[in-house]
Amino acid sequence: MVTTFVFLLTAVVMLVAALIAVLKDNLVHAAMGLVVTLFGTAVLFVLMEAYFLAVAQVVIYVGAIAILIVFSIMLTRRVGAAWGAQTNPTWPFALLVAGLLTVLVTRMVRAWAPDQVLPAAAAVPADMTARLGAALVDPNGYVVPFEVASVLLLAALIGAVYVAWGGRKAEKETHK
Amino acid sequence: MIPLSWYLVVAALLFGIGVYGVLARKNAVAILIGLELMFNAVLVNVLAFWRYLQPGETAGLVFAVVIFAVAAAEVAVGLALFIAVYRKFGSSDVDDINLLKW
Repeated sequence: MVTTFVFLLTAVVMLVAALIAVLKDNLVHAAMGLVVTLFGTAVLFVLMEAYFLAVAQVVIYVGAIAILIVFSIMLTRRVGAAWGAQTNPTWPFALLVAGLLTVLVTRMVRAWAPDQVLPAAAAVPADMTARLGAALVDPNGYVVPFEVASVLLLAALIGAVYVAWGGRKAEKETHK
Repeated sequence: MIPLSWYLVVAALLFGIGVYGVLARKNAVAILIGLELMFNAVLVNVLAFWRYLQPGETAGLVFAVVIFAVAAAEVAVGLALFIAVYRKFGSSDVDDINLLKW
């Protein structure tokens, strides 16, 4: 009963915030809508008993990615410039594609009716976080995907620094 | 317990909103915000299927952890590119980035 209420409240808040994130002309407001949506996702993770991922969601998405997005919004506009319209003239087609996709997926879920087809879900083991941690460094588990992900992250960050730096010439021009 | 289909419907709506953001927005950073919404919808889906089909296994959680790492890498590279593009073109609207257009 309580979980149902929490779920519905979270879902409504999350979807309204997501609409703010894609509709607002002021991009800082849009980024705040994104933050609320990311928090809502973390609440859903708690409801699904994926506690480690709920914390990771808050730390990585809300803590790091949202800050990065706000920073790049501020770095890529002139100070005091008006926001203006942020939507393409072709937005009705975008609405059509997004609406069709949503309606089709929703109808597919309803046609499949997983709540009737699937057996009731088992309980999550109490030591799931410890098991996840062990699986991530277990040679017979998932140590290779884990290391590949970390190498990818390292390469991406070095590449990001290189691309955003722009070489000595750009640096000199910035400090002129 | 909340039915699985509720999670799937919420994730579908979130994904749809993200698709709209990616297709309709002008500013590159706003497009990235739409992309993040889509990533989150996929994460909700992955974890919902983990919770309802294989709650005793770690595979679903590991998949979600890898998605986190890939999303962080994608955002870092994307934002660095937008800052470099802004330096060159003085704008971060994707319409203005037309170097390849004859």
